[in-house]
Amino acid sequence: MSRKLTDEQYRKTKSWKFRQWLDGTKDPYLDAVEMKPQIAYQEDKKAKHLRSEEKREIVRRVYDIEHNAEMKIFRKIYRIFSVIFCIALVFMLLVAVSNLPPFGNADNPANNEVAARYIEQGLEETGAVNLVTGMILDYRAFDTLGESHVLFIATCTVLILLRTDRKESREYMEANDRTYEPKNDVILQTAARILVPPIMIFGVYVVLAGHLGPGGGFSGGAVIGAGLILYLNAFGFAKTERFFTVKTYKKMSFAALACYSLAKSYSFYTGANHIESVIPLGTPGAILSSGLILILNICVGVVVAGTMYTFYVMFRKGGY
Amino acid sequence: MEFVQNFPFMTIILSLFSGPLSSVLDGKKAKRLNLAVISLIGMMSAAVLGYVLKTGEPYVYLMGHFPAPWGNEIRVGYLEAFMALFFCVIMLLCMIGGAKERENQIEETKQNLYYVMVNLLLSSLLALVYTNDLFTAYVFVEINTISACGLIMIRQNGRTIEAATRYMIMSLLGSGLLLLGICFLYDLTGQLLMSNIQEAVRTLYETGAYHIPLLVSLGLMSVGLAIKSALYPFHAWLPDAYGYSTLSSAAILSSLVSKGYIILLIKIFYRVIGFDIVRDSKVIHVLFVFGIAGMIMGSLSAIREDNIRRMIAFSSVAQIGYIYMGFGLGTPAGVLASIYHVVSHAATKSLLFTAASGLTDASGGSVRYADLTGAGYRNKLAGVAFTAGSLSMVGFPMFSGFISKLLFAQAAVGHTYKMLPTLIALAISTILNAVYFMKTVIRIYTPMRVPEDSGKACRIGILDQPQKSLALVCFIILNLLLGLSSEPLIQLLQNGLEMFH
Repeated sequence: MSRKLTDEQYRKTKSWKFRQWLDGTKDPYLDAVEMKPQIAYQEDKKAKHLRSEEKREIVRRVYDIEHNAEMKIFRKIYRIFSVIFCIALVFMLLVAVSNLPPFGNADNPANNEVAARYIEQGLEETGAVNLVTGMILDYRAFDTLGESHVLFIATCTVLILLRTDRKESREYMEANDRTYEPKNDVILQTAARILVPPIMIFGVYVVLAGHLGPGGGFSGGAVIGAGLILYLNAFGFAKTERFFTVKTYKKMSFAALACYSLAKSYSFYTGANHIESVIPLGTPGAILSSGLILILNICVGVVVAGTMYTFYVMFRKGGY
Repeated sequence: MEFVQNFPFMTIILSLFSGPLSSVLDGKKAKRLNLAVISLIGMMSAAVLGYVLKTGEPYVYLMGHFPAPWGNEIRVGYLEAFMALFFCVIMLLCMIGGAKERENQIEETKQNLYYVMVNLLLSSLLALVYTNDLFTAYVFVEINTISACGLIMIRQNGRTIEAATRYMIMSLLGSGLLLLGICFLYDLTGQLLMSNIQEAVRTLYETGAYHIPLLVSLGLMSVGLAIKSALYPFHAWLPDAYGYSTLSSAAILSSLVSKGYIILLIKIFYRVIGFDIVRDSKVIHVLFVFGIAGMIMGSLSAIREDNIRRMIAFSSVAQIGYIYMGFGLGTPAGVLASIYHVVSHAATKSLLFTAASGLTDASGGSVRYADLTGAGYRNKLAGVAFTAGSLSMVGFPMFSGFISKLLFAQAAVGHTYKMLPTLIALAISTILNAVYFMKTVIRIYTPMRVPEDSGKACRIGILDQPQKSLALVCFIILNLLLGLSSEPLIQLLQNGLEMFH
């Protein structure tokens, strides 16, 4: 900013007087007063050191339980109260539970028209022989959609927490990967060679037959994940990384979740707008039946298997 | 059925879908996707709000081919549509305001994971707002909890990891109690749909059957959600979580995550149990007492604090106390005041966090009081914004905080025995608020000559941080809007609340 007036001219203007009044440098009794702006607070090193020492000392003395009577008493009272509180809570919950409707009674409120329709018309309406699958993937598919995203977001959180992306720590982890685990153990490798293929095939079967019998995406995915972990334990990362890296996981779970979202969006949209769905239910009991349930089961299975395997890898090494 | 009616379901699916999509994109693209998704969802929610205002009645939307007690459904009324729109606006501003901090404080390779968390968080908030099914609400509460944890700890230093651990423990305890409450309620009524539970609860209440489990279930759900939204004795996780996480996380956590649970609690009170039954139970007295304790204790802790971020965090404890005090009054006017305070606090707290970050930027990144001296001159816009936010929190006329305090006081007047405690607590809390907020405002406007060579303090113009400036200006305008033309909004919220019956 350039000045139009010189200092002396400026001192004659009203704006200068106003400025003086604003700054408090003009006093009606004392006339001109010099006002010094506050100078930045500068703490010298010694004082700073002393302050931090003091802080540490306070913490030390407060938690020095042997000599601090107050803390000792407080801790005792704290313990006693927490026990009393827990007992009270347990008592309250027990009283509440004992007042609930008796287990297995036919007149219970839970045995109402909701459960009746699931059991009586479930097969006809969803095409799934396994009623539980029909419930979670057709009647209440919105909840399961949320639930599969819970798994996905849990993996992402673990990735945030445990994935090591810096090069040096990666190399360190790589080098110390097998400190506590057997390396090229013959018994483990032989057992894995025999066990892993049937485990995988069984997992795939459980996923694919989820609408026909006990099983489904969640349990089948867990079986596949367990198989992958066993394989990894026996043969190490060099073998598994040929087909399963973090990119594979991301792409797979994205594809599975996107497929789930799209499939369910179609069914929500048609359902709410009362449009007839074009997806055939097929003959109950056949492998290609029950509409979208088979696809959704596969999606859930992929997400669950990936989640299990990723959790294990992250806790073990912090990266693929 | 009109096409607009599909929008609520589409917004939920869109934000759910964009979560996994962000995980396969890189950080920059994920950021753009996130901004686009939030804006799009905001516009769709505005359209939904316009639609329900035009028709004047709520509607339910089937999620699938099966009608309600068998399948899922969502319900859209004034309050739901408005909250969805408002949450989107606040989230968008928080994300814009904290863009630079995210770049600096989050590892390059983990940037995209942040947007996964935010997108899924948005979907869970929308689902909590819209759902008409208690169990769906629980599922999305889970997503909300986990993503909030991720948001806290993605800035990785020791304090945030500790904060995230605390948050996880407390929040899971809250979820557990909520789930237990829902299980009790299901066992008693055999329903999960909100309106059906209410019918069943009403008959149970009239016949007097299962009185104890009903009360216990109501208590468990209230306490569970109170823990999750940091009501006073359960607030230990809050100051660290808000104080050390990255800026947009702190703003989102304080103004959206805790508010989502409060909206769910209102839904449980009105649509699941029935508000007159809640009023007759003793649960609201407990909420009232803890609310008042929170109003005072939160402010006292804030006065003692030397760290500006933690001070603002402790102020949240006090404000959550206000909200629960409003529930505790047990009148529709009290609940209305609480909802208004939810809105007002969300708009103000995110403003304060953003402004405080602007001030600390101008003080060499230090959050200590002594270093903030004169920061209002060094970063003018942040100084003005912080002052505006403080005045709003204290309850200065023209700002949103004033209206909510007025509503609380009006709700209390005429209450037989809760009037006096409420008014006294409001007065004390206002004074305490003024003590710590005005102390900070005076501190940042105390002129100080900074040694040139110290390199700690620097001037920051409005255009130096364009994104933050934009967010701050929008937040101030939002605050003034809420404070100056509150009447239509209060009318809207009141009608929305009546629609809950």
